[in-house]
Amino acid sequence: MTQTAEQIQPEAPGTSDVLVSVEDLKVHFPIKRGIILDRVVGHVYAVDGVDLVVRRGETYGLVGESGCGKTTLGRALLRLVEPTGGRTVFDGVDLSTLDGEELRRMRRRMQMVFQDPLSSLDPRQSVESILVEGMRAHGLAKDRQQTGKRLRELLDAVGLPSYSLYKYPHEFSGGQRQRIGIARALTVQPDLIVADEPVSALDVSVQAQVINLLEDLQGEFGLTYIVIAHDLAVVRHISDRIGVMYLGSVVEEADSDELYQTPLHPYTRALLSAIPVPDPVVEDSREQILLAGDLPSPAKPPAGCRFHTRCPWRQEQKCATERPELREIRPGHRVACHWAEDIEAGKITRHEVEPELVETEVGPRDVPDTPVTVTDIV
Amino acid sequence: MALLEVEDLTVVFGRKGIEPTVAVDKVSFTVESGQTIGLVGESGSGKSVTSLAIMGLLPKRGVQVTGSVRFEGTELLSLSDAQMRDRRGRDLGMVFQDPLSALNPVITIGKQLTETLQRHQGLDNKQARAEAVELLQKVGIPDPARRIDEYPHQLSGGMRQRVMIAIALACRPKLLIADEPTTALDVTIQAQILRLLSELVANTETAMIMITHDLGVVAGLCDEVNVMYGGRIVERAERYALFAEPRHPYTNGLLGSIPRLDMPRGERLVPITGSVIDNIPWTEGCAFAPRCPNANDDCVQGPPPLEELPGGRMLRCYHPVEPAAEQPATSEVAR
Repeated sequence: MTQTAEQIQPEAPGTSDVLVSVEDLKVHFPIKRGIILDRVVGHVYAVDGVDLVVRRGETYGLVGESGCGKTTLGRALLRLVEPTGGRTVFDGVDLSTLDGEELRRMRRRMQMVFQDPLSSLDPRQSVESILVEGMRAHGLAKDRQQTGKRLRELLDAVGLPSYSLYKYPHEFSGGQRQRIGIARALTVQPDLIVADEPVSALDVSVQAQVINLLEDLQGEFGLTYIVIAHDLAVVRHISDRIGVMYLGSVVEEADSDELYQTPLHPYTRALLSAIPVPDPVVEDSREQILLAGDLPSPAKPPAGCRFHTRCPWRQEQKCATERPELREIRPGHRVACHWAEDIEAGKITRHEVEPELVETEVGPRDVPDTPVTVTDIV
Repeated sequence: MALLEVEDLTVVFGRKGIEPTVAVDKVSFTVESGQTIGLVGESGSGKSVTSLAIMGLLPKRGVQVTGSVRFEGTELLSLSDAQMRDRRGRDLGMVFQDPLSALNPVITIGKQLTETLQRHQGLDNKQARAEAVELLQKVGIPDPARRIDEYPHQLSGGMRQRVMIAIALACRPKLLIADEPTTALDVTIQAQILRLLSELVANTETAMIMITHDLGVVAGLCDEVNVMYGGRIVERAERYALFAEPRHPYTNGLLGSIPRLDMPRGERLVPITGSVIDNIPWTEGCAFAPRCPNANDDCVQGPPPLEELPGGRMLRCYHPVEPAAEQPATSEVAR
């Protein structure tokens, strides 16, 4: 495997410790309305100013609830969606400057594993063809014999028998399909794998198999992972560092043990306390911080701190007016809260929050209340 | 007398020319009033089919339901459709997993709520509406008087699930069946809904059957837990006993598979090997045997019976996990 790695390494690998750095990344999706004229009536602020750094060989976990922008961030990292602003530097190369062929060649080094293995695998392609496709696209499948050998090695690495090559995706169980998805990502010898909810479609017992597999492969192939998931327990298990996202921005980032032991952002605290633990003794004594209401629409994010509408520690000053910066409170522990120190020291106590009405979003799926008339357009 | 007695409930799907599938295989359990029972299992374990069979919601064609389901002594399986309809909503409420597909998208939530109230309690329009507003208030929907005229798509997932719960509880049923009520929701919303369910159930002394794949949900909620595998109950115990000392290798495997927040990091998960497709039919032996670390030759000779152990625990296994002594690690990598 090492020899092939040398063959396809035209660009000198960076020497720096950092593999990916994201600077002020923004993805705003326009909301359009109108029949003849496409008017932009607003934006969904899916990712709104994210800075993060992923070091070589580590696993970075991105966690948050649906609609927080974690998936869009993962895709924008790889430029699968075009960022509105900001940039991603991958191994010293600014991805936003790359075009066409250069970007395509760069993509070999960053692969993705998707949530639903059934819809991300072509049902009419055999496993062999699925796996070879990427290798061919990057010119890695020149020698037939060697390719065959490599595919069998890969299948072995992900725990599938070699005769799987001649089967089709529907012949596998969910867990096995996810293994195929992982093998496909590995065929082109990437440095970075972005795994978007890699286990959430699987049963618990199978989930554990895939988590263990991801851990094994990281050691074997020296991979860097960005794992995107909604399940904090899974993310904490697998990640070295975790970024917690809320409404398009990272609100807290820390080492995964540190994050669990001393969560500083009120949202992280609530998230941690919401996760049920399979132990009745713990469950009975656990203090839960229930959040009031729902996630506000990313099309109309609240002013100031995005979380202030649901925050049980909300203060009169600053929260509703000033957007908190992500600042380093301790070494390696960044948090975006004006009052993080005071909350930790217990100077501010929790209070009741009245759930606010979340206005239904003006999404592209929604039908406009009144049809746009011709005069309206004119 | 127990509120609900399910005895040897068996559900077989099959039509002419198609190999019949046994989805639920001689399942028996009882629910006392005010009690919360958990049915836990992975996909394909038969937990949802069990609940649909109790509610009489399975299609008539191509499905055979045998055994007995007695609700306050009345046999539900022999009731006519009209009689069953009368029971549903009044005595038995149900909350489904996906509120968007369970609610009618073209009818306002208020109408869907008052419909139930009018049918079962004979309220007139005005009374029903007032009652509906009160119910929405009770399940924690802000500004219920305004929201009552909205359609399901105008509400968020958590709010929809609250509406479902309001409908299910509208006529103060004696038994509520909640089928994966929080699976489609985010964790912070899940916490809200679980709190709501447990409070409502405690305040109204409603009995509840909680169907879920999430052992964490069960741990905080249920008095007694039934673990299902391949259509049969493999272990039943009171919740503290079950989590402290899982005896069935499947229960034990499930607990070992879950990453836990309160455990130190870096410990490797111990997954169950294989997947559900490796099962053998119960007629040939223990369905779990091909995936079981404790399996022996006798496991594939014949199916193990569900036996009562001291302490009221029920167990279906020839080679259970020994209590206290840690079970040796299962074969490491699941392949």
